[in-house]
Amino acid sequence: MKTLRRKSLQEWLLTAPSFLWLAAFFLLPTLLVFFLAFRPADPYGGIGPGWTLNTLKALGHSYYLDIAWRTLWVSLLTTAFCVLLAVPTGYALARASEKRRRLLLMLVIVPFWTSFLIRIFAWKSLLHPEGLIKHVLIAVGLADPQTSLLYNTGAVVLVMVYTFLPFSILPIYAAAEKFDFRLVEAARDLGARPFAAFLKVFLPGIRSGLVTAILVVFIPALGSYVIPDIVGGPRSEMIGNKIAQRVFVDRNLPHASALSVVLILAVLAPLLAILVLQRKKDKEKPRVIVPEDA
Amino acid sequence: MKRSRFPLLIMGLVLLFFYLPIIILVINSFNASRFGSGWQGFSLIWYRRLLHEPEIWAAARNTLVIAVLVTIVSLILGTTSALALHRFAKSRLQRVHYTLIYTPLVVPEILMGISLLMGFVAAGVGLGLFTIFLAHVTFCISYVALVVLGRLQDFDFSVVEAAQDLGAGWWATARKVLLPMLAPGLAAGGLLAFTLSVDDFVITFFVAGPGATTLPIRVYSMIKHGATPLINALSTILLVLTFTIVLVSQRLSRSNILEGGV
Repeated sequence: MKTLRRKSLQEWLLTAPSFLWLAAFFLLPTLLVFFLAFRPADPYGGIGPGWTLNTLKALGHSYYLDIAWRTLWVSLLTTAFCVLLAVPTGYALARASEKRRRLLLMLVIVPFWTSFLIRIFAWKSLLHPEGLIKHVLIAVGLADPQTSLLYNTGAVVLVMVYTFLPFSILPIYAAAEKFDFRLVEAARDLGARPFAAFLKVFLPGIRSGLVTAILVVFIPALGSYVIPDIVGGPRSEMIGNKIAQRVFVDRNLPHASALSVVLILAVLAPLLAILVLQRKKDKEKPRVIVPEDA
Repeated sequence: MKRSRFPLLIMGLVLLFFYLPIIILVINSFNASRFGSGWQGFSLIWYRRLLHEPEIWAAARNTLVIAVLVTIVSLILGTTSALALHRFAKSRLQRVHYTLIYTPLVVPEILMGISLLMGFVAAGVGLGLFTIFLAHVTFCISYVALVVLGRLQDFDFSVVEAAQDLGAGWWATARKVLLPMLAPGLAAGGLLAFTLSVDDFVITFFVAGPGATTLPIRVYSMIKHGATPLINALSTILLVLTFTIVLVSQRLSRSNILEGGV
């Protein structure tokens, strides 16, 4: 009896610090966002008295629907490119010799640690009208001096793929490493063409890695804000840009909250999928790598 | 059987894609040209200019102070959290606790930034370096907790029991057995927290308020206002620092970054 009570006291002592901190600085503020979406703004950048549904109703305007649609589309495109590049890369990594693999893995991980802003900036200067890529494209005759490589949706997708690709390679590699490649050889011996073996044996074999790769790109992509802000134009704004604009330019916190609620709901759908999958996989090690942006 | 060379080719292109922009940026930081169009000779002028930018150095100092404090606090909170999650894995409280630790990792940064901003505004806390510190600890706890938890799961706990059987008290066990075994995990978690704090822009930007500046905020406004050659030089310095940190952390915990979860 005494040891039982001591044990539960110990549990509380160890749990309380992180639990209370996250309750105060993560859980409560998130709930507050929902709450503020129903409050009116006052003209001085604060919160007005009473309650209103107008802010949420305003989001039904076609202007916002366009932005929501673009956010979804850009995120899906980014995810598709990332997975298409990550699968062969993860495959090649898993099949590399032990010694080589260490070096290659290191090369994949390093960009993941380098500053997010620096990586975006590197692309901004490359795509710049005076930058290298434009010069090369003009020299080969693929672009004329008038073409703008920056400030459009294409540039946004390119830089998003660049930023998120390492995060999609790691889970696919982790799954491919555990995959038994003799299965592919068996399929080939039984007459499957290489591509069919890849599609029907390898891909299902790394399914869990694929799902993680898709989620760790798609979810943060939905919340992108810095990338469209730096390399995008007015026609490539995403929800994140609108939220920032409402906060920093218009000082309208309820409106920013309403937009955030939409984003939270959009993120929640794939998030629930993660939780269901995780429960299925029971108590395997948590294996999640999440990119910084947004 | 002949193996397809296609995956190797893609991997090569991906690595080229990763490194080409960074390499060009580093080369350009030594370019005398102001606009980076064409090579106009090797020069250290941008590095020298950097010395005369007091704002950058003030921002760097803020970043460093915050990162050190964040690392200490999030190491403490993350480690207690991992110990609780590991020791009482079956309890219902820990299920909730785990969800609370896990969710911040999957929430886009902008959402965390805006909710923290709302929280501080509602509580009447003035925005500044202190709110940046609070925000950074909030997202670092989860990373530290999962890295340390990954370590704990590889442990042989009979050693701890053995120490207790041999008469070691709670404190002696923690200090002489648990801590040394945990050290690599703590180092990896601490380095992760430190780099995340140094690098964070989105959340910091939301909770910084008008006066407080960290290095990423300074870099962002330089990018926005086009001080190109200076950012090249600054970025190169930061890249060298990052590579050093990665090398050190790889030494500390071989491939822990992959196996520890983060």
